[in-house]
Amino acid sequence: MSGVEMARVSKRFGDVLVIDDVSLEVQLGEFIVFLGPSGCGKSTLLRMIAGLETVDDGTIYIGEQRVDTMPPGERDVAMVFQHYALYPHMTIRENLAFGLTNRRVPADEIAKRIEAAASSLEIEEFLERRPGQLSGGQRQRAAIARAIVKQPSLFLFDEPLSNLDAALRARTRIELAQLHQQLGTTMVFVTHDQVEAMTLADRIVVLNNHRIEQIGTPMEIYRRPATKFVAGFVGTPKINVIEFDAVENGAMTTAALPDGTSLETAIPWNDSFAKVGTTLGLRPEAIRVVSPDEANALGRAKVVERLGERTLVYAELADGTMLTTEDRGDSEVRPSDQIGLFVDCSNAVIFTQDGRAHHCAQVSN
Amino acid sequence: MAKQIANADRRSAWARWSGILFVAPYLCLFVLMLLVPLVMGMRLSLARGDLFGIREFVGLENYVRLFQDPVFLRTVWNTLYFVLLTVPSLTIAGLLLALALNRETRWAAIMRGIFFASFVLSVTVVTLIWRLLLIPNGGLAAVVANSIGAEPISFLGDQDWAMPSIAITTIWWGIGLPMVLFLAALQQVPRDIYEAAALDNASRMRMLFSITLPAIRRTIALVLVIEIILQFQLFGQPQLMTGGGPNNSTRPIVLFIYETGWSQWQLGYASAAAQVLFALIALVAMVQYRISSKKERG
Repeated sequence: MSGVEMARVSKRFGDVLVIDDVSLEVQLGEFIVFLGPSGCGKSTLLRMIAGLETVDDGTIYIGEQRVDTMPPGERDVAMVFQHYALYPHMTIRENLAFGLTNRRVPADEIAKRIEAAASSLEIEEFLERRPGQLSGGQRQRAAIARAIVKQPSLFLFDEPLSNLDAALRARTRIELAQLHQQLGTTMVFVTHDQVEAMTLADRIVVLNNHRIEQIGTPMEIYRRPATKFVAGFVGTPKINVIEFDAVENGAMTTAALPDGTSLETAIPWNDSFAKVGTTLGLRPEAIRVVSPDEANALGRAKVVERLGERTLVYAELADGTMLTTEDRGDSEVRPSDQIGLFVDCSNAVIFTQDGRAHHCAQVSN
Repeated sequence: MAKQIANADRRSAWARWSGILFVAPYLCLFVLMLLVPLVMGMRLSLARGDLFGIREFVGLENYVRLFQDPVFLRTVWNTLYFVLLTVPSLTIAGLLLALALNRETRWAAIMRGIFFASFVLSVTVVTLIWRLLLIPNGGLAAVVANSIGAEPISFLGDQDWAMPSIAITTIWWGIGLPMVLFLAALQQVPRDIYEAAALDNASRMRMLFSITLPAIRRTIALVLVIEIILQFQLFGQPQLMTGGGPNNSTRPIVLFIYETGWSQWQLGYASAAAQVLFALIALVAMVQYRISSKKERG
């Protein structure tokens, strides 16, 4: 049995196609994150699972039950909204009880569930207050508690952390991860924040332009992005994308950078690399500042950002190509220093003109 | 230092005065057109007066006379009866219409326009339309009655039917205002609350009573106060439809004031009646406000 199964789902708003033939299977108990830029359709997809948007084409199953024809209240899902969506004129206790009384859950059972949820989210002291008397963080905890007491078979989160300040966001993120461990319920979480996606997800679904770009574990998405878009969207600082000439080197590919540097990669040669518009993707941590005798490339530091455990050096190659590079430990690099760079090509990616990514042959271990 | 303080003082004094300047135009109009006439009216109500001014002060004599005047007492009753007939109906019907038409279809937009349209008509037009509908020989109501073989009722000529007929006319005329106010309030309710309620398995009735009505309770109170004040001032409809008859059954307070003042030139007596109306409206509105604001706190 799967948690959620979507088959060839499409959705239009008037003439605009907002979900374009999406198929996806979520495992039972899995934490799935929909990640993508605004307007990519990720929230719409979530709302279609909830039943808040109709499905124009395709089917949605939750467990064994086909739900795309059912009203939201019967789908056995609970949703946490971006703007909390607490009922403003009810106390938090009444908010939590509302869905349960509608389902005719016995009163003592309701009281028991509310106590349990309130104590695990530490909102017991706010139970008799109205949402208007609580801070944003407290309101979001109340909204999460409202979802928990329903004991649904599926949790849906629509950018629940985006209205919280940075510290509170990090804390709530950890609490959500713990909640998932505790309950083991399937969760679908929508965000445009890649940190949330990387830290929370069992698997990430990257959406762009109303379609799925890639489905994979966080490290798969990071290490082996399926497209140039995914590579650029995930990872801070952003991946370096460099113009280069691809040279066939036996079965593999050698990258000749515009400044004359030649880098051997383990990416199998493909004839489409010879076309215009082919680019090389290198994560900043794959380009390290080293002493010139260890270097396989030379550059000049332009901007140095010290982040503590590592330092980002924005370096310029001889031909003017800009690279984001990393220096470990206490960096002594200063702007306009000549620096040696060691480029590690083991995780390099080649993007062909159509946006697809080509990786090194998968090492089986 | 001292200079700085003086500067700050000057600045705040200027801020105060410039603020007053901004409200001055309205304040002048308010004093001239509302406050002064109000005080003059109160003064006049304590006197015997005519078109040429106050003849003599008579103390509370006008008021004593008023409360012994069966015609005046009848008009007070008539007005209360009319308010009771119209205000709850206008509020409930306006709310139901707003609930029905609060959607983004073209059809709903057209219907909103139609229901609001009657509100912009003048009282002359409205009463003319309804007189044509209600007259016993040839009116629409009479045609309907004849077609089902019933005796046509003389709605405006019958003591029991005249006031309800005026009330129905007024509801038809005035339904646009509460509807628009309710529509505005309904559109303020955040959509995601309804979505949360839908996921919480709430039925439509439960949504109405647990989500919608509590969310627009301020507007319900506002509509009640506005309509109470408005309907207490009933005047044009009975003046044009029944002339206050039959047998004073549709004569409201304002018509009494008008006729006493401008037909019989008893300006002091009319002023006293106006003060009673003022007190009545203030009292009812205050009670209404108290009740609704207490509910809000509780």
